[in-house]
Amino acid sequence: MSHKTWVFIEQFQGVIAPAALEALGEARRLAGVLGGGVTALLFGQGVEGLAAEVVAHGADEVLLADDATLAEFRAEPFAALLAQLAGERQPEVILAGATTRGRDLLGMAAVDLNASAFADVTDVSVADGQVQATRPVYAGKLLATVAAARRPVLISLRPRAFPKPEPDAARTGRVEMVSPVMAEDAIGTKILDYVVEAGRVSLADARIIVSGGRGVGGPDGFAPVRDLAEALGAAVGASRAAVDAGWIPYAHQVGQTGRTVAPDLYIAAGISGAIQHQAGMRSAKTIVAINKDADAPIFKLARYGITGDLFVILPALTAEFKQRLGK
Amino acid sequence: MHVVVCVKQTPDSAARLSVENGQVTWGDSSLVVNPWDDYAIEEAVRLKEKHGAKATALAFGPESAKEALKTCLAMGCDEAILISDPSLDGSDALATSYILAQAIRKLGDVDLVLFGKQAIDGDTGLVPIAVARRLGWSPLTYTIKIAALDLAAQTITAERLVEQGKQVVTSRLPAVVGTVKDINEPRYPSFMGIRKAAKAVILTWSAADLGLEAGQVGAAGSATHWPQVYGLPARAGSVEMLTGTPAEIAVKLADRLLADKVI
Repeated sequence: MSHKTWVFIEQFQGVIAPAALEALGEARRLAGVLGGGVTALLFGQGVEGLAAEVVAHGADEVLLADDATLAEFRAEPFAALLAQLAGERQPEVILAGATTRGRDLLGMAAVDLNASAFADVTDVSVADGQVQATRPVYAGKLLATVAAARRPVLISLRPRAFPKPEPDAARTGRVEMVSPVMAEDAIGTKILDYVVEAGRVSLADARIIVSGGRGVGGPDGFAPVRDLAEALGAAVGASRAAVDAGWIPYAHQVGQTGRTVAPDLYIAAGISGAIQHQAGMRSAKTIVAINKDADAPIFKLARYGITGDLFVILPALTAEFKQRLGK
Repeated sequence: MHVVVCVKQTPDSAARLSVENGQVTWGDSSLVVNPWDDYAIEEAVRLKEKHGAKATALAFGPESAKEALKTCLAMGCDEAILISDPSLDGSDALATSYILAQAIRKLGDVDLVLFGKQAIDGDTGLVPIAVARRLGWSPLTYTIKIAALDLAAQTITAERLVEQGKQVVTSRLPAVVGTVKDINEPRYPSFMGIRKAAKAVILTWSAADLGLEAGQVGAAGSATHWPQVYGLPARAGSVEMLTGTPAEIAVKLADRLLADKVI
């Protein structure tokens, strides 16, 4: 008998995604309200070793599928298995991180289950026994409360909007093996290759982001941005202007047509702060803006502002932070 | 080859939004093609130019969404169809995916469906993947490049942008491709294109035309609702400007960020 609260544990090459641990923590909290424990879904190949980590972070039960067809995340076999299990065992709520994988998985499974789906939420609550959520809409300009008319409720959680739980090695949980429901022949997609950028901090998971915009002036202008990011262990972001100019790849773009991020600290260098850029970074907890133009809109969002030349300011910040942080 | 591009009409990305009596309003700001959809439209037109595909633009929305479809025609799409019916008002993302999937089935001979990543109003990103599931077609979301298209073998190879980098994936056709920005640089509609689009007849399909089940569409048939929409809480505090020499500024900022426990 599985629990009412389920969570999908996303992993890539044997490492659990930070957003999945955040979802596990939220599942634990929700289970406290809904009653019962937490059932975690761990699908992959050779991932049984991760079950203990999943239990330590809050699961009471792990449904483990270990199969070659599940070696890499693909929406079709993962959603088919999730929907099959949920159809049989009737959970109330299924959580996942709102990553590319989590969003695809829950969207597909919601069709199979004729369920409710909330995407990219920043808060989950229970009112009169009904699961509700809050999510940014209209590119983060407004917030909406979303309510569900059907069960289960499938919810993807915006990365970094929920705290990561502390592991407790003393926790215990049961592990149950489950079998995939799609044979390889029936799966339409085949993954040929990954081109992974080694050593790069992922924007979605980053605690600190240093971004450059039009003010960096060219591809070489990102050097002081990268230096500061390195000193802080931060990811490198960019505005649309810098990406469209070809100074830095699209994967770094923060904003309306790029990624939405929620770091603890966002340092914007040479970014004026157009409304489309704000859409991607306004949920950062602390914003530092460095711009030549004292009237730039970015200063309206910032906690700390510096008017000046980023090519002078950034190296000074890098030197100071290196010294303070003992690097 | 028949390519369908699904588009939505949304408020302009620069619009200042507010909520009045529970309704989202955007003043006199214009309605535009959802910015993410520009890339999908461009990709459909490129497939037309490269493979001789027929490109059909499909939108679900009010009568005004015909303007968005005219943009698709002006950019080079061959035909445009609007799904519009008061009984469909209030459809959520999954109901919308059912409506679009039924329209794609009605078209019949479709090889590839293109979408933008998400719409900048609802922002769920659920529709492309849900349409793929309803049709039973392969989902190629977050695509930054259609690397190969083999019509004889009925296969497509795409590069997808995921958190860890690029993924190269191949699939059989038909398939649903969710595009992201890096895939191309959308063209501006040509003068001739705009003139042609202005005169074009846009077909309208109703719920009855698509044989939609009433229990699966509209507000009553939707699984999710927005009981409340509201503005963002004001950001606490105002900006503190740090001044001095660069070295002094650096010390001040480090002091504050350490005191705030941000670093």
